[in-house]
Amino acid sequence: MASAPPAPAPAHTAGPSLVDTLFQRSLDDLVKSLRSDPSAAGESAAVARALSEIHREIRAPDAATKAVALQKLTYLSSLHFAPVASHPLAFPAIELLASPSLPHKRLAYLAASLSLHPASLSLLPLATHQLHKDLSPSASAAAAHRHVSALALQLLGSPAAAAAPDLAVHLAHDLVPHLSRGSPRAIAAAARVIAGAPSAAVPVLFKPLAACLASPDPRASTAAAAAFCDLAAPPADAAPFLPLAPDLYTLLTTSRSNWALIKVLKLFARLAPLESRLAARIVDPVCQLLTRSAAMSLTFECIRTVLTALPAHDAAVRLAIGKAKEFLAAADDPNLRYLGLLALGMLGPAYATAVNDCRDVIAQSLGDADSNIRREALHLMMGMVDENNIMDIASMLVSHAAKSDPEFANDILGVVLAACGRNVYELVADFDWYALLLTDMARSLHCAQGDEIGRQLVDVGLRVQDARSELVRAARTLLIDPALLGNHFLCPVLSAAAWISGEYAELTKDPVELVEALLQPRTSLLPMSVRAVYVHAVFKVLTFCLSVYVEKLGDSNKEVDVVFDGLAIDQTASGESKVTLGSAEEQDIRASAVRKDPFSHESMLYMINLIETTVGPLVECNEVEVQERAHNLIGFVHLVRDIQELNQKKVADDDKQSRVKELVKTMRTVFCQELGPVSVTAQMKVASPDGLDLNENLVELADVVSEDDTTPSTSIFFYPRSRDSVETRDEPAVSIGSSSLSEHRKRHGIFYLPTGNTEDEQSDYPHVNDTLPSCSNATVYGDNSKTIEPVFAGKKSKSTKSRPKVVKLDGEDFLSSMMATANALKEDPLSGALRGVLLGRDAKASSSQKALDVNSEAIPNLMGTNESSSQQIEYLGSHPTSSSRTSMRQNHDKEKGTNPPESDAKQSRKHRSSGRSGHRQGKHKHRERSSTQPDIVPQAPVIQDFLL
Amino acid sequence: MIQAVMVISTQAKPRLLKFYNFQPPEKHQDLVRGVFQLLSARPDSVSNFVEVDAIFGPGTKMVYKHLATLYFVFVFDSSENELAMLDLVQVFVETLDRCFKNVCELDIVFNFNKLHTILDEMILGGQVIETSSEQIMKSVEEIARLEKQSSTTSLIPKSISERFSR
Repeated sequence: MASAPPAPAPAHTAGPSLVDTLFQRSLDDLVKSLRSDPSAAGESAAVARALSEIHREIRAPDAATKAVALQKLTYLSSLHFAPVASHPLAFPAIELLASPSLPHKRLAYLAASLSLHPASLSLLPLATHQLHKDLSPSASAAAAHRHVSALALQLLGSPAAAAAPDLAVHLAHDLVPHLSRGSPRAIAAAARVIAGAPSAAVPVLFKPLAACLASPDPRASTAAAAAFCDLAAPPADAAPFLPLAPDLYTLLTTSRSNWALIKVLKLFARLAPLESRLAARIVDPVCQLLTRSAAMSLTFECIRTVLTALPAHDAAVRLAIGKAKEFLAAADDPNLRYLGLLALGMLGPAYATAVNDCRDVIAQSLGDADSNIRREALHLMMGMVDENNIMDIASMLVSHAAKSDPEFANDILGVVLAACGRNVYELVADFDWYALLLTDMARSLHCAQGDEIGRQLVDVGLRVQDARSELVRAARTLLIDPALLGNHFLCPVLSAAAWISGEYAELTKDPVELVEALLQPRTSLLPMSVRAVYVHAVFKVLTFCLSVYVEKLGDSNKEVDVVFDGLAIDQTASGESKVTLGSAEEQDIRASAVRKDPFSHESMLYMINLIETTVGPLVECNEVEVQERAHNLIGFVHLVRDIQELNQKKVADDDKQSRVKELVKTMRTVFCQELGPVSVTAQMKVASPDGLDLNENLVELADVVSEDDTTPSTSIFFYPRSRDSVETRDEPAVSIGSSSLSEHRKRHGIFYLPTGNTEDEQSDYPHVNDTLPSCSNATVYGDNSKTIEPVFAGKKSKSTKSRPKVVKLDGEDFLSSMMATANALKEDPLSGALRGVLLGRDAKASSSQKALDVNSEAIPNLMGTNESSSQQIEYLGSHPTSSSRTSMRQNHDKEKGTNPPESDAKQSRKHRSSGRSGHRQGKHKHRERSSTQPDIVPQAPVIQDFLL
Repeated sequence: MIQAVMVISTQAKPRLLKFYNFQPPEKHQDLVRGVFQLLSARPDSVSNFVEVDAIFGPGTKMVYKHLATLYFVFVFDSSENELAMLDLVQVFVETLDRCFKNVCELDIVFNFNKLHTILDEMILGGQVIETSSEQIMKSVEEIARLEKQSSTTSLIPKSISERFSR
């Protein structure tokens, strides 16, 4: 094709002239005038001028003038996006439909099919009569008439007409004679009409359309197969098309048209899951086509059909995989390579080895110039991932990301993060490796996934105790690198690293270096929210160091004196002359001394001085978060020094030492409590029990509520750690609840969380922490925490170290897997029906549970304890029933007053087991879901025996 | 089904637009822009398929050919075969080439109606109705002949014109 020559000189570009009004501009003239000034402004001016001109012309009584105006308007609205709504395009178009002149008629039909839309559909009934006339067989079966009826069919198939159900109702009968002649046009139009107005069109058109499938005319049968393929496309239900299977089968075995075969294969791929006997029937012809066909399109369709619809036929699948590999090997055709990868992506997990065989090709494709191929290869790579090869694949991908363009690099990082983080790090066995991988990803050149990396770093820290030392090491490498501080994508990562090194300060090898890193000058580049985390991390590290130091000195009282004398000297020194402190030489000496022992006297002094000089200015920071934390930190440093001043006043040694110890220990305990993950569904689990109307007016509670506010919040961040922290947590509520509060509790016990000690006694770890700020008002604890053991115990022998415990909250995995299956089922047309069935079952389960609930309350004496009954209930119900569990426990608690410790323990154990049973139930439900599918099938229309 | 056929110049100007699913007219410009951005970002000699879920809805793909100064784009859903669509683009381009004798962008710019005639002979309501460029050529020529006839006889009463055309 030759490239376009420069635009011809415009015929006339002057404004409206006498010539213009006398001689109408044709479409060609319009196009030329539009091309005369290619700039956007010039074009829009030309369009505006043309529109006003057309506006005038289109009202002309003369059909020829009107037709040309309509043609120009159609052109402008189609290619220049002129707003046609303001112009009465529809009416003249419909007017001209009746024109006896064929060119005018054609223009009118074109205009109508291009520009009619739901807004102008009120006019379409006006055209109904004309369409009827043009469609009905006239006495003259002339070529002209055939052409006219073709135009009418074209309009019927256009999207505008599909949106007008009235038209379909009136014209469906007119289509029938065309269908019986086997006109592909009529077949295609009939498909659109049926899709647009199924209830009106199906009774009239379905049968003639189905008859076309068996037509001896290959054009008719091809068109019919295409029409049915379109009608059975996913959002619609394919089941009603099952009775067509015999005709389709005949086509499959006899047709020579690749177009027809492709459509038939697509239809069978949709029908086969609905009728189990179909697959066995079609597998042979499909395999024959697969081996015989020379057309790549048909071959690919066969591969797709086999892989998606006939996965149970091993020989066929092997054949298809072989063909797919041929596609992959097509070095010179990126289309075939892309489709080959697409085909491999359709393979189920049963054929993972086949995909694995192509691993080299796939890995090579990651570097392809074509983004499609790269993306599919990545998709396949991630599909291959299991717990044995995740380390290889993830490391390979991350190193590949460094070589890729920014967009694809981030795609890679995104999928690796998603795969490793899936289902609470189910695939990751070695968290030391994972911590390193996360830092590698963060340091990767184009990394823009800082949010997720930061989140996972913290999350791993919270959940996996064994990974913390490596995490701290990884965090150190991130924090000491000044180059990373300028990259705003990495702020969330650095924030996470700072938090980790502060929270797990006891695992740090060199706290002094860490404090230096956290306070380095370039931290001023960080956003304020991250700086706040940095300052707080320094606070934690300092507290830890001081506590170690004080403990070390515990033996000899005298040394304390020395230390704090030293502090005093230093303070005066820094107070008197900053030069002394600032002198580089002295700092160097100090730093070298400090390196030897991070918990020595010098180290402490060095750290405190460093903090004072760098954090001091932040006390006047505009950002409250930073300001507050800086104040906290500086305040603590001052406290330490104040004690020293006491010393100068000759207070007894014992007193002084105990004060120091007390202070440091108190601060240490503030940071000691283990932080744990909180389930995102924690709030949801406090489900509203039966009989609770959430929309009830709560005005009457106003006085009680205001009193409630005076009780200390349970979400204090600095909470001293103690063994019996759970009991103390409830204390305020109980002690303050003298009159109204306890009354409130009695009346609205359902709003309260269970008071029993739900924390498992023997497991110090994991804690599911309720003092995280994120769940300040919903504290669901203990009972839903559990530890998953490695599920692949058999393969564990391979790896040298065993997988550490990962704290996992009940419900997280359950929900995510539910979501996954819901997504997977979306493709299935049966999903709606299936979901309905399952929901019905759920409702039944909960109602029966309710009945049991009543029973257990009515006859509590028949049961040994309440426990057994509640356990029974928990097995029956799924998640929503936890509410009744809570309320029952509440009753239980109230009746007994105080729980004896052993029953407490029993209860908490029971809770754990019930939590797990709920989880199991969730999985069981999955199985149920998938197993219902075959049960449904017999309800589908029974297929004719001929096929079977 | 085929959702849309587009011919877009390398200057991002639409030369032919036909949607087989209703798309609000005010959205057309955005669709063209979105498609063009995808196309212009792709280097030569890569595969001809692009997933366009973000523009045309889930499961949609487009196949394109870049010839001289034009992109020929067909957008389709899961009911069509990718390679068959690629063939169809080829048929369309071949037919244009036959109709205009070495087609160039100007032919397409100045033959709005004829382009639609050719396309309508090939696709109706998103369904492929003819795949032979020869057959399409014949139909288009016959239409041209009929139109010529009709315009010369348009002043003569209908009954007579029908007798002529028989």
